[in-house]
Amino acid sequence: MAILEVSGLSKSFGAVRAVNQVSFFADEGELLGLLGPSGCGKSTLLRLLAGLEEPDTGTVTFDGHLLDGLAPKQRGFGLMFQDLALFPHMDVFGNVSFGLRMQRMARSEVALRVSELLDLVEMAGYADRKVHELSGGERQRVALARSLAPAPRLLMFDEPLGSLDRALRDSLQSQVRRILKEVGVTSIYVTHDRDEAFAMADRLVFMNRGAIIQTGTPEEAIAAPADEFVARSLGFKNILQGTVVRYSDMVEIECPLGVLVAAIPGDFGLAEGAEVTLLIDEKGIEIRDSPPGEISDVNQFQGIVTERAFLGAEYELTVRAGQASLYCRISPATLAGRVDSGEDVAFAVDPEAIRFLGGVGVAS
Amino acid sequence: MTSLLILAPLAYLGVFFVYPLGSILVRSLGGEAGFGLEPFTTLLGDTYYLRRIWFTTWQALVSTLLTLAIGLPAAYVFAVYEFPGKTLLKAVTTLPFVMPTIVVAMGFTALLGSQGVVNSALMDIFGLDDPPIRIANSLTIIILAHAFYNYAVIVRIVSALWGNLDPYLEESAKVLGAGRIHTFYHVTLPLLLPAIVSASLLAFAFSFTSFGVVLILGGPQFATLEVAIYELTAKLFRLPLAGALSMVQLVFTYLFLLLYSRLQERATVRVDLKPREATARRRMRAGDKLFVAGMVVVLLAILSPLIALVIRAFSFEGGYSTAQVANLFSNERGSYFYLSPLKIIWNSVRFALATVTISLVVGTIVAYFLAASGRRGRSVPDALFMLPLGVSAVTLGFGYIIALGRPPLDLRGSWVILVVAHSLVAYPFVIRSLLPVLRGMSPDLREAAAVLGASPTKVFVLIDLPIIAPALLVGATFAFAVSMGEFGASLLLVRQEFTTMPVAIFRFLGLPGTANLGSALSMSTLLMAVVALGFVAIERFRYKGVGGF
Repeated sequence: MAILEVSGLSKSFGAVRAVNQVSFFADEGELLGLLGPSGCGKSTLLRLLAGLEEPDTGTVTFDGHLLDGLAPKQRGFGLMFQDLALFPHMDVFGNVSFGLRMQRMARSEVALRVSELLDLVEMAGYADRKVHELSGGERQRVALARSLAPAPRLLMFDEPLGSLDRALRDSLQSQVRRILKEVGVTSIYVTHDRDEAFAMADRLVFMNRGAIIQTGTPEEAIAAPADEFVARSLGFKNILQGTVVRYSDMVEIECPLGVLVAAIPGDFGLAEGAEVTLLIDEKGIEIRDSPPGEISDVNQFQGIVTERAFLGAEYELTVRAGQASLYCRISPATLAGRVDSGEDVAFAVDPEAIRFLGGVGVAS
Repeated sequence: MTSLLILAPLAYLGVFFVYPLGSILVRSLGGEAGFGLEPFTTLLGDTYYLRRIWFTTWQALVSTLLTLAIGLPAAYVFAVYEFPGKTLLKAVTTLPFVMPTIVVAMGFTALLGSQGVVNSALMDIFGLDDPPIRIANSLTIIILAHAFYNYAVIVRIVSALWGNLDPYLEESAKVLGAGRIHTFYHVTLPLLLPAIVSASLLAFAFSFTSFGVVLILGGPQFATLEVAIYELTAKLFRLPLAGALSMVQLVFTYLFLLLYSRLQERATVRVDLKPREATARRRMRAGDKLFVAGMVVVLLAILSPLIALVIRAFSFEGGYSTAQVANLFSNERGSYFYLSPLKIIWNSVRFALATVTISLVVGTIVAYFLAASGRRGRSVPDALFMLPLGVSAVTLGFGYIIALGRPPLDLRGSWVILVVAHSLVAYPFVIRSLLPVLRGMSPDLREAAAVLGASPTKVFVLIDLPIIAPALLVGATFAFAVSMGEFGASLLLVRQEFTTMPVAIFRFLGLPGTANLGSALSMSTLLMAVVALGFVAIERFRYKGVGGF
């Protein structure tokens, strides 16, 4: 059941529309991932929900109650900032207990709750530490404990792991998700990083230029990105414009690569001559060492490798073919020898790896 | 809410700054022959006053150059090297800056005057009949005193930036093939330049409006604008001309401050600073140690006027004695105007405490306002609020006599007028120490507290206040020192029973005889002691109360 409902929320700063007619919901205990590039209005949206900014139009309802005009402290929401905003003049205990003291909780209870929380984030015994003595990951966990302490009804995260290195991020992501699920708090997690969104979120909300483009589970989004923006934020790189030239049980599309044959999972619903945006999943591209002409499949092309990186398990290649550049990942096991930039290659595109953006051809 | 609060300082500035200065302007345009530019034409037609403007400018320039020559190497030492006693040395070398000008002037008299410590020693050693060093009433001693007074400004501002410069910048330059000199000239110097220039401008502004030092050490032929205004006001009673001269000075100082605030902004915005630990560098080799030791000696030598002052206050008829100090406490001649030194000290201290209170309130509100205003075009209001710092205290006192000495606002004879004048000169120091902290403070901290349930008042008390406390204490120290030492305005405004320590010293100096010089020296020593005590007390409180970040 939806506990948070946001409807038609807008906010402008001067001439800039930071948040534009945003509507979405979150279920109780759900971990919602808000994905979008920096400057897309994610942070403003969080600040609107937290009550730090007043919306120009629109409403926020939580648990059936309208939150219009309520001060931050009256909402009972938590917000974890990008720079964490740990109070530099307080120790770990002072930071974690701050919200509890604001609620005038009895001293003995505060001590109990703080030690509970420090246990939860695996920081027991750190109560007396000064903030500047903590490592990046430790600060992160203190900030999480501080946000959880007053038992917020909704907890929001504004790219809190952005400043950490990859390895630390990966381990913290799963830890934060485990803690949030353990506590059962409804959460909104803002990030511009696809992997982080996938790792953390039950459901994703894609935001661009102040507006929401698509919502859905990560699996749904991968299967059918709403537009080029969503496809690119999901990490798809091969996005091409094309024209339908023939349409029977398969579709033939004229595109910068040449003529592509694609499979149709559902009703295609477009006539010949229609303009389409399509993406080629890089997993569906295969390099053939065999000389051209011997491969009998469809979608065979000749190209030249322009960029190459060896990642251990696979090659990451950019291949120029026709008027297009395709990005692909190739397992060395499928190749007879090495591959390097400047070399000519033959490759094939799996018709099943081609998807149409904008809701075209989605199985219903 | 902050936008409404700013009305209080604006009203304060309006009544106690703009109105008196406006009255001066009106008076100066009033002239003897009706409303007109007559005083200004008189001013520009009189080579005496043109020479005063010229003299004021170039003595300030020479003073600034000398200050830089001492200050930059010291800033380098503080920024780059770690050595035992560094913190203490830094505190001690800041002392001259908080010393009242009159104490500095008296210190130089005690050190280099004809009866000073150096001359006495030389006469003893070489059996001379006349003092060999005659720089009393000379330009040399004025410039030395200005350098003494201002070099702490250079050291503090420049070393703060220098110490936090990313050492990788210099190392990159070296790797790219630059030698030590090229690295300094092409990398370090350009990065430091805004700080150096803005510190120099402050030193220049202080030297430009210098009063006590010039009045006491200079003598009539070395009058600066400030002294000329004082003489026109208090001795010659040519008020329109004094008004015109004040206006000229005001325009000059505003331009300096505008430049200062522009440059300071550049210095704070552009350079990517590293925390101190990340920049601690350079193991000292023998040559470095020699250099540091040399600089430490120079820095200690700078304190010699203050030491000389104490020596002279306690030397009497060839030996050491407390006679001169004791003399202060007796009213041998049964003078009606006699005030006990305790009463005078109490006057100074209570006015200073009131000044600190007002300056903290006004300065904090203005600093919050300035920190919240947008980046673009903020140097104009910044410089406006700083203007009282650059305005001559004599001008201010003069404006108060004209404007606040009659209805609707008659404050003449009240001690309030002194405190108001002192606060006006003091609050810019609170702004200057608060602004960098406020601008550097992440707004997320306040919002985090608000989201965690703190009311705006609680946010201020629990988040802002502890974070700005060290800066507030620094501002308080300066406000205290400014009030204790304020001299120009007090001299014009003070009533007998409210005599402050600097005014008492000046009165002693105006009276003939060795006994009165002894009294002036003793009172100066007392003043130095009170200011130093206040300084130390606040520094101690600072280190105890907060620290660690």
